Order: sequence, then C-alpha cells, then structure tokens
Amino acid sequence: MSNPSSGPGSLVTRRRFLHGSMVAVSGTLSAPYVMRRASAATTELTMLAWYGHAEPDIVAEFEEQHDVTVKPKYYSGGDNMLALIAQSPPGTYDLILSDAEYVQQLNAAGYVEELDPGDYPLDDYYPEFQQFPGHWKDGKLFSVMARFGFLGVAYNTEALTEEEARSYQVYWSPKLTGKLGHFDWHLPNLGQMSLHNGNHPPFDLDDAAWDTLRETTLTLRPQVGGFFDYGGTFASLQNGQMLAFCGIGDWITGVLQKEGAAVRTVVPEEGGLQWTESFSIGKGARHPELARQFIQYITSPEGQVKSANMAAYPALIPSQKGWELLNAETPEEAQRQGMVLGQRNVMDDIRDGRIHFRALPVQQTLEDWNDFWSDYKSG
Amino acid sequence: MKKVTIFGLSFSLPLLLWQLLFFAFPLFFLVALSFWVVENYRMVPDFDGVNWTKMFGRDVFWDTYLRTLALAAGASVLVSILAFPCSYGIAFKLSANLRRLAIFLMIIPFFTSYLVRVYSWQIFLSDNGIFNAAFGLLGMGPYTMLNTDFGTMVGYLTLCLPLVVLLQVFGLMFVDRTLIEAAHNLRCGRLRTVFLVVIPSARVGLVIAALFCFILTFGDFVGPLYLGGGKPPTLSIMITDTTKAGQQWPRAAVIAIVMIATLLVVAFSAIGYAYRKRA
Repeated sequence: MSNPSSGPGSLVTRRRFLHGSMVAVSGTLSAPYVMRRASAATTELTMLAWYGHAEPDIVAEFEEQHDVTVKPKYYSGGDNMLALIAQSPPGTYDLILSDAEYVQQLNAAGYVEELDPGDYPLDDYYPEFQQFPGHWKDGKLFSVMARFGFLGVAYNTEALTEEEARSYQVYWSPKLTGKLGHFDWHLPNLGQMSLHNGNHPPFDLDDAAWDTLRETTLTLRPQVGGFFDYGGTFASLQNGQMLAFCGIGDWITGVLQKEGAAVRTVVPEEGGLQWTESFSIGKGARHPELARQFIQYITSPEGQVKSANMAAYPALIPSQKGWELLNAETPEEAQRQGMVLGQRNVMDDIRDGRIHFRALPVQQTLEDWNDFWSDYKSG
Repeated sequence: MKKVTIFGLSFSLPLLLWQLLFFAFPLFFLVALSFWVVENYRMVPDFDGVNWTKMFGRDVFWDTYLRTLALAAGASVLVSILAFPCSYGIAFKLSANLRRLAIFLMIIPFFTSYLVRVYSWQIFLSDNGIFNAAFGLLGMGPYTMLNTDFGTMVGYLTLCLPLVVLLQVFGLMFVDRTLIEAAHNLRCGRLRTVFLVVIPSARVGLVIAALFCFILTFGDFVGPLYLGGGKPPTLSIMITDTTKAGQQWPRAAVIAIVMIATLLVVAFSAIGYAYRKRA
C-alpha cells in the first residue's frame, strides 16, 4: 500500500509544500505592510499633551468616528511643552494641551489660534469655568478648559487620620520623619508651603513673604524621604515607603486608590491648589477643523466622562452635563472624586474660597523659585 | 619618521571618523551650547559667559560636584574590594570549564535592563520589603535602606560589580604564574604573595576596572534617583533639574562639560598610573 502523500501523484509533494509555505510566509509577512498602508491612508491629528490624553480609552471613539489617528507627543511639564513648540516648525501640533498657567505664554508667543466660543459647549460649564482666567484675552478665546484637579495633602490612610491630614502642619509630624515625599517640581510644593504660611493668593509674594516661605520650607527638609518623579511617586506611595506626599493630589492617589492602595488626598483647611488642563489649536495647524471637532468631543458630556475616568490619571470636569452623565454612568467614580450632584461636592470647596489656582510666581522669576528648590534639595 | 601608508590609514581611519563624529563634534557643540542664552524658552545662539558664571557661582553646584565625586570614588574603591576575592577565585582557583561558566554568569546580568534591576531592588530594600521582613523574623529592624546613600551604593554595585569582576578576571588571568611560584619558593606567604606579586602584576587590569566603575557611577542617574531618592542630588540629577526649569540646556551643558573634563582628568591619571613603570 502506497503512502498517498508521498507518491508521484500525491497532493503534497516536497516542492509543492515548499512553494505553499513560501507563499504563506510571504503573505503573513506582507500583511502588516498592507495593513500599514491602509492605516496610513487615514489622517493624523497631532497632539502635544501630558501622557494619557491620546491613549485608546480617551481617543479610540473619536478616531473611529472621524477615520483619524491621534498621534501624540507627550511632554512632562509646562516648560518642556513650551520648548517643544518653540523648537518645532509652525503647524507641527494640531492640538496643544496646556496647564492653565502656561496658556498666557502660549498666547503671548503666538503659538495658538483664536477660537470661536460658539463652537464649544461652554454654556454647559459651571459659571466659574466659563470665563477662565488666562484663557481669554481682550474678549477673545484661545483655550478651552477640559479638566482640573486639586492638590492637597496626599497620605497613607493607615498611617494618618483624615483629621491629621486636614492641615499642612502634618508634614512636620514626627510620624512622617523620613517618610515625607516631594513630587519633584517647585511650583506645587512651594505653593502648598505658601498656603501654609497664610499667603492668599499663594503665588503673589512680596520679598518678606518670599523670605518667610523659604525659611518655612527649609525647616521641612529633615522630614523629607526623597524627591520623586512621576514613576517614583507612584512606587513609593504604593509600597508604603512614603507615608505622605507634598505637591500632588488625586491625579496620583486616585489611580492608586482605584487599585486598592490605602492612599488618598484631602484639601487642608489652609486651602488647596487647582491644576487645570486646557486644549488649544496650534498656530498653522494642518487639521484645524479636526482639532476643533476633537475639542468639541472632549468637552461633550461623553468626552468629559471619559476624561474624568482617564486611565492615566483621573480628574474633575468642568461641564455640569458631564457631571450628570458621570453620575449616571459611573456613580462610584463621581462619589470618589466628590462630583455628586445634590450634596456637598468639590464645587463647594471652590465657592468657599478654599481653592487657589496654581500659577507662576508673580513677583519673583521662575528661576528664583527653581534655584531655591535646587538649594532645598541639596540641603 | 614613520611613513603613513594607505594600508595603515584604512585601519585607523574608521576609528578616527567615529571619534570625530560621535565625540569631537558633539563635544564641540556642547561647548558652543554652553555660551548660548535662553529667551522665552527658546535657545538663542550667542557667546555669553553667563551660564558659566551662574553655575560656578552657586554653592549648590560645588556641593553636588564634590558629593558626586566622593560617591563615585567611594563606589570604585568599594566595588574593587568586593570584586577582588571573586575575581581571584575565578582566575586562579577554578578549572578552565568552571572559569568559562563563571564568566558567563557575570555576563548574564547585562541581559536585563539596569533600570529594571534597580526597580526590583526597591522590593528588597523598602521598609516593608523582603530584607526587612527577613530581619523582622530575627527580631531586628526595620532598617531604612531605600532612599539613602546605602541605596545609591546598592545601585552602583548593581551597575558595576559584574563588569569590574570581569575586567579584574582578565587582568589576573594574564599574571605570570611563574612569578607566583617563585614567590612561594622563596617562602612568601599566600596573602603576602597576593599583595606583593599578584596585585602589582595585575595593576593595569585592576586600575582599568576601577576606572570603568568610576566613569559609570559618576554619570549614573538611575541609582541615585530610584534607590537614593534623589536626596541629595548628584550631577546627573542636577542636569535634569536644570533642563526642566526654563529649558536651561546651556546651563546643563556647563554641568556636562565639567563632568566630561573631570572624567578625562581621572581617566588619564588612572591610565598613567596603571602603565607607570616601576621605580
């Protein structure tokens, strides 16, 4: 009995097998190129942003709706963002996400286009955010607020009580000696120290207040266990190496809290700081219409809910309709972040005057603040 | 005078081109950059010494410089001392097969990213980590190891120890065994032979190994930041701080040039010492 697969008349000969294999292999290898060509046909919307804003949980739906790929360039810090724009040809970035304190500088440098307020659902926003400082100049709109958050005392709930964390004074507690971490950026840290010293607004300091702020901050140095970047801050809070953190907020503890870590952030009695992120359209953008549609998407109630739940770091949202949808879709996150309607919520903290916008130093230069921060770190 | 031939040039030119492209030109650019100024977050070509006077006029710069120098020098000594017994054992006590295996084992750590290895050390060194859990079973501790100079040193050891062992092994393997036999025949004790015969004979390898350790640790960013907690900062951390604040790349260039100059001085001194003829 002959083997049907090996005889001269068999269906599979060695040559045929080799030929078939080669076709299959070359077909498999070429598939990504075919697919790449197909995907290259879609438009690319470039975005300069903090990490997370162009990840699938945020942009996938927009990409599908508009047959577009959002191509991010992530930065870390406002200075870094300004430098990236300054060193790129005009039109490199269609969309620019900026911290509020840098919007004025973007505008002054002519890096962003004027926006038509009628294009965006600003009427859905809480009144406090409809005319956000720095976003408007001479009645013209240049940036649309997308999300915000508070910075306060971030702490390990197994080491400190909420009552203790309700004051910046807790940073000097013997419980925190060697266990207090700093997020390594002078602005939020010194802003908190300024609030502790009773300066309102915290970034507009005369010489005497600035001297006192430096003295106060230096007394904190023996408490400090380390200065950390984004990853180090996460790790040291998660593994309990640091029991409290200065200069951060729910944008970090919220991520850890959702993963089950015993950490949270509270706004102390002396007040908290607000960070704010806003979208602008880059000057000479290649796809201004798409950029406009993206801002509409992210400021819509659906986009706002995505933003509040962003995997990279959660945030508060300025849209009242966004709040309503958030309470309907993810009530647990609305509760966790204090965005529940019909009861005391984060808007009351703002209305009580407990929240101050994070800003650039008014009477000193950024360099003065940074130099002091270097000295403090080295101390 | 030796005649330059095409044959000779064909061998030396690639190295020369490489050095020009990836060392001389970037270094020249770095020096030029240190005289530029920053206006509105944009670097503007200039010839202004303000960055040099600014950096050299700050106590924090010199404190950080001396600290980094001391940490790197300390690491070079410590790593060399810790590596030597291991290298000695591999070079003199193991069979050829076991020596090959040991050398292979020393190469394996380089298969994994240094950053990953440093992050995994955090699990061991943290207050609630594996080491303190073990100490706790013995009724000891907890000891603070993470975010200290000890942590930084662990990072440096992770970075350098396998390399230093390898370089020391290669240095020791070329020691003339007849010298050791002669020492023993002249009734020189084992320890005395190590100090009077083995170490002087392997001086080049041992010094080069320590030099590599110094070079790597002097510029290391990962260990001091993730195991040392960035407090107090080293020069490499200071470079990142400087670039983060107002995009002061020209000032960061000043720090980088000082680091390169220091490394050149140390490297030439070490090599001069290593190849110095015995009096």
